This record gives sequence, structure tokens and C-alpha cells, in this order.
Amino acid sequence: MDSDLMAANPSDIPVPAEGIEALVQNRKYAAGFVTDIESERIAPGLNEDVVRLISAKKQEPEWLLEFRLKAFRRWQSMREPHWAHVEHPRIDFQAITYWSAPKSMANQPKSLDEVDPKLLETYKKLGIPLKEQEILAGVQNVAVDVVFDSVSVATTFKQKLAEAGVIFCPISEAVREHPELVKKYLGSVVPFGDNYYAALNSAVFSDGSFVFVPKGVRCPMELSTYFRINERNTGQFERTLIICEDDAQVSYLEGCTAPQRDENQLHAAVVELVALDRAEIKYSTVQNWYPGDENGVGGIYNFVTKRGDCRGRASKISWTQVETGSAITWKYPSCILRGDDSVGEFYSVALTHHRQQADTGTKMIHVGRNTRSTIVSKGISAGRGQQAYRGLVRVLEKAEGARNHTRCDSLLIGDQCGAHTFPYTEVRNPTAIVEHEATTSKIADDQLFYCRARGIGEEDAVSMIVNGFCKDVFKELPMEFAVEAQKLLQVSLEGAVG
Amino acid sequence: MSQLLQIENLHAEVAGKEILKGLDLVVNAGEVHAIMGPNGAGKSTLSKVLAGAEDYVVTAGTIRYQGRDLAELSAEQRAAHGIFMGFQYPVEIPGVSNMMFLKAALNAQRKERGEPELDAGDFLAWVRHRVKQMKMDPAMLSRGVNQGFSGGEKKRNEILQMLVLEPRLMVLDETDSGLDIDALKIVADGINAMRSPERATILVTHYQRLLDHVQPDAVHVLAAGRIVKSGGPDLARELEEKGYGWLQQAA
Repeated sequence: MDSDLMAANPSDIPVPAEGIEALVQNRKYAAGFVTDIESERIAPGLNEDVVRLISAKKQEPEWLLEFRLKAFRRWQSMREPHWAHVEHPRIDFQAITYWSAPKSMANQPKSLDEVDPKLLETYKKLGIPLKEQEILAGVQNVAVDVVFDSVSVATTFKQKLAEAGVIFCPISEAVREHPELVKKYLGSVVPFGDNYYAALNSAVFSDGSFVFVPKGVRCPMELSTYFRINERNTGQFERTLIICEDDAQVSYLEGCTAPQRDENQLHAAVVELVALDRAEIKYSTVQNWYPGDENGVGGIYNFVTKRGDCRGRASKISWTQVETGSAITWKYPSCILRGDDSVGEFYSVALTHHRQQADTGTKMIHVGRNTRSTIVSKGISAGRGQQAYRGLVRVLEKAEGARNHTRCDSLLIGDQCGAHTFPYTEVRNPTAIVEHEATTSKIADDQLFYCRARGIGEEDAVSMIVNGFCKDVFKELPMEFAVEAQKLLQVSLEGAVG
Repeated sequence: MSQLLQIENLHAEVAGKEILKGLDLVVNAGEVHAIMGPNGAGKSTLSKVLAGAEDYVVTAGTIRYQGRDLAELSAEQRAAHGIFMGFQYPVEIPGVSNMMFLKAALNAQRKERGEPELDAGDFLAWVRHRVKQMKMDPAMLSRGVNQGFSGGEKKRNEILQMLVLEPRLMVLDETDSGLDIDALKIVADGINAMRSPERATILVTHYQRLLDHVQPDAVHVLAAGRIVKSGGPDLARELEEKGYGWLQQAA
């Protein structure tokens, strides 16, 4: 984890914005938009010009362009990883469009009334009525920063957060308004060359959320972002950066949905968390992107790099994820337990149905003394779903008294699915205590019959058994997410039995 | 007295093997019937067939319940129509609390019958006093269904479920096995509490001792897939003394 921090040296490379735009305009534009919302997008393909164009479009400072270019060059020298237990056709990175933005962004809406009604309509279809949500959120203390395609279009509750000193905004805005913070922390947890997809993200990231909670502040509300992929063939490259200074606390919720599509869509996000002394970050995800149909056609490729750095003493980072969507999930939210007495947690429910594939887990890197980590992973496979838990627990030489407890359970529904467990443990300090428990079970016919003999129908019985199996993870989710997660599992498992 | 259950010439097989071979039985509302018999005679098969387990296939004969052909009803519909099977080996469902399970079961049944579902408060009141009746620790309601329960606790939990669901026909498959004397008494009290002119009970058991606490109206001996002898409570005592050998030879 001691790899390069991002190099923040400003470069002298000029940003010939108009020049590149002219260049791009000479190319043939992809025909036809997916929705009626006019999108501004460039032709598919990736080269240095495209990276420069993205940076220019966003009017970024030179140090950020330099960051992108370094990442791009590194990415070019890297190979797509193939070690995960997943299969998919080769991804043509030159067929992907790396920039699109709803046009209405040109005049940033000052309130929801100014938001493109088509956008609001789309959210409604997704069951996320923004207006109601704003009202509800006012009651429930949830602020929503909506990412539509590549650019954030609506940000609410900024006022209340600002009063507390919390910054919660699109990362592109943070680059403009708080460059010193972004510059200091961006790429400091996930270096630009960390892995193939992280390098790609660092080169072309579109937008994402930025959260900064200053010293001693407990964020007055839970922060939530809804992501949605709308554009055909537009890879999404979110970049999220959350920083909690000494004694600060925040709980961040991320939820995603996507409409039906016939084409695979690439998603390669990077999330970086930084917790300083005694700070606490809780990051919860409910991921429900389009998983593809029963035959495995379509669906999102979700190749995500999420990492938290417990940089300060007695800091704590907790990941909770419910992964029910995507055709392929490749995701290992990790914690670097650098500060003495720091704590890392990973609670995961992953469900694969039909032809879905998931290779997911975590990494807990114990660097500091008396660092503790907990891993609870619940994998559910149904249909022809394939699932792998892949987890690394590494205890370094100086991590005196480090402790880890891993519990990894798999539940199989039907006889055509698969569950695999790949635990890696490396312990270089003799005082460390590392425990690993794993079970694999099937929903037994006698369990189903027991429920049915009490009057509970088969689908409800499966859903109940699965929710029971996931209980240890769901109890870590914020209440409203726990309810949503249970519903999601139920919907995702429809037709899994019988 | 109205007939609640009529079984005629019932043949049933499991995994291709015929277990029930022409079983006849009539149970009237208000009655308690004990079915006794040696291992492998088909006692548990009869319970499973009545409850609607799909791996038990009826190959001939009919079962009429409340005048209706039982074959028309799925397991969950049978439950909603008042058939309750007490399991010989109750199943564990980790992470699903007893409370949640009972509420889901009761409300699923009520919904099937077109009755309004109970809300959390009403349900709690409904359950609490029955938990007390079974002399169970209310804390068990928040534990997983049968999760880590002892054999006796599981059986007691079956009877609790029965009290909560208030069925019409209770088929209790060796509910007395694995119970100590105190637990047996509590379970028997639970069964007796459910006795009423509208309800009937079928007790599948190996032993006389449950019948000391729950007085049956009729005792049947099931051997080699058929009822080979029927009688009153005295038959159970006779079996206790003589065993089943003499009847099996007769069959």
C-alpha cells in the first residue's frame, strides 16, 4: 500500500480546449440518443486527446490533467486482469464513449424546479421520485446528490451541511472550489496505477461525490447518492472521495439501478476513503444494476476499486454492501489499517441469479498495532449464477496484536449454480490472531416444506430463508436501506425455485 | 358427529417405494385418534401425505378433508384450511426469528382465508399469552426458528406454533419423542387445550406414555402400510404389554 501517491506536480502542458473540440467534431458522432434528453457526447474511443478533452470540458486545473495523463499512460502499459473467477467476452475499450453530459448542465439548476423534467421522469420510473425524496429526506435527514450519467445535476441539502462545515458536492465542483483538498487526497488511497480499471478510471473519470467532514464534526445526516447509467455504451467512471478529519464521522449510502439494456456496459468506479485520528466512515452500498437477462444477454460489467485508509489512530472504516445486480461484479472494498488501534469492517451480501457472475470480497491490511478487522460475507447463488468470495487478510511485521475474524457463508439455490471461496492469509507478526470460518449450505427441501406446511408459499419461504441467512449483514445497514435490501433480494430471486 | 377426515384405500409411495398400501381411516370432529405401530410401518408417511409433502406421491385412494378432496390443495393451502402437522424433526431456519416466522405463517394463512392480517401489536398479544401457556422463555421469540434448540425445545415450539395457528386438524408426528416428563406434561397440556368439538387430533406415537396425558377416543395400529387393528384406549395399553409382533403376524 506504499505505492506511489499521486504526483501532483502541475505540468506545463497547455489545454487547447477549442482545438480538441474541433478535432473531435471532425469525427463521426455516435448516432441516436437513448433518451430524449439531449446529450453532449464525444465519439467512442480513447487516446490522449480524449483524456485532454475530458479535462478541458471540465475546465480542470493542470495538475489534474497531469494526473489523468499519467494514469492513461500507465493504463496503456497494463494488461486487463484475468485472475478473477469470471468469464466475459473481450471488452473493446475503443468502442466505449468516455464523455457525455446532459445538456441542461450548461445552466446549472438552482433548484429541482429547474431540473429537466425528463430527468425527473426517469427517476420516477426508477422509483426515486426526487421531489418526494427531498421532502422525505428533510424529515429523514438524508441528503441526495444525484449522479445522472456522468455529471451531477442536482444537489440538495447543501445548506444544512455547510452550516456544519461538511462539504458534500460533485467531485468536479470540489476540484474548482476546494482544489487543495482534492489535490491532497485524490489518488492517495488508490494510486493512479493501482490496477487496470483504477488506472482507466483515473484517466477518464467523469464525476462522483466528494465528502469532507472537518475535525470533530459528526455529519448531521446520512449522505446518499443514486447512480444511474443511462447512455448506451457509455462507460461510467465515477470517482468518489470521502475524507473524515480527526474525530469526524460520516455515514454514506450509495444505491444504484439501471434500466434494461441489450449491451454490456462497463462500469469502473474508484472510491477512496480517508479516516484520520478517531474518525469513522461507514460506507453502505445497495447495488442493483441491470444483471442481464436469463440467458446472460446484457447487463453491467461492474469493475470497482474501493479502498479505505484508516490513516489515523483508532480510526474506523466500515463497508457494507448488498450486491444483487450487474452481469459481472469484480469488487473488493478494502481497508488499510495504518493507524494503531484502527478498525476495519466488511459486511457483504452478494446474490447471483441466472447467468450472473460475481467475484467479490475484501482486503484487510493490518499495518498498525492492535488493529482489528471483521469480515462477514454472505453469498447466494441461484439459477446458473457463479460466485466467488476472494478475501485477503495481511498482517504486517509491526502489526503487534492484530486480530481478524472472517466468516464466509455460501447459500446455494438449485443445482446449477456455483460458490467458491478463495481466502488468502499472510501473517508476518506472531502475536496476530486470524480466524476464518466458512460454510456452504443449500436451501433444503425440508426447510421449504416446513415453511409451506405452516402456510407460507414457496417464494415467500425462499425469501424468508435468504433474508435470515443475510441477517448479520442487513443489521449493519441503515434502516431504510435494510428494508430496500430485503425487497431487492426478493425481487432478484423471483423464479429461483419451483 | 361430523366427519372431518376420511381416508379410503390410500396408497402412497416415496422414491418409488410403496409405503402405504390401502389405508382406511375416518376421524370425526371432536376426536383424538392415536396411531401406533412399529418402525417403518408408514406412520410418518401418513403425516407427510396429509400435510402435502410433494415427494410423497399418492398413487391410489382418496383423502377427503371437510368433504373436500385434499389432492386439490397445496401444502400451504392445506395449512390455511386448518391442517397442522407437528414435525418429528422440526427444521432449523437460521436468522429468521420465531416471531417473524409465526407472524408470516399466521398472516399468510389469514390472507389465504380472506381474513385481515394481524398487525405487529395484535400479533404480539396473540403470541405472548401462548408462550406463557407453553411455559417458554419469551426471549425464544427473538431467536432463530429452532436454531440451537434442544430436542425438547423444538417439540415444545411445534406445539406453540399449533396454539398460535389454531388449526382444525392436528397431525402430530411423534411429538412425544425426546421429551422429559415435565416437557411431556406441558406438551400434553397444549394438545388438550386445543381439544374442542370442531377440532380433531391424530397422534402418531410409539408409546403409551403420551396417551396417559392425552386421552384418545380411538387407537389404531398401523403395520405394513395399513391399519390392522383399531380399538379404544385399552388397545394402547395392550400394545405396551405385548408389542406389535402378534399384530404384524395377523397382518
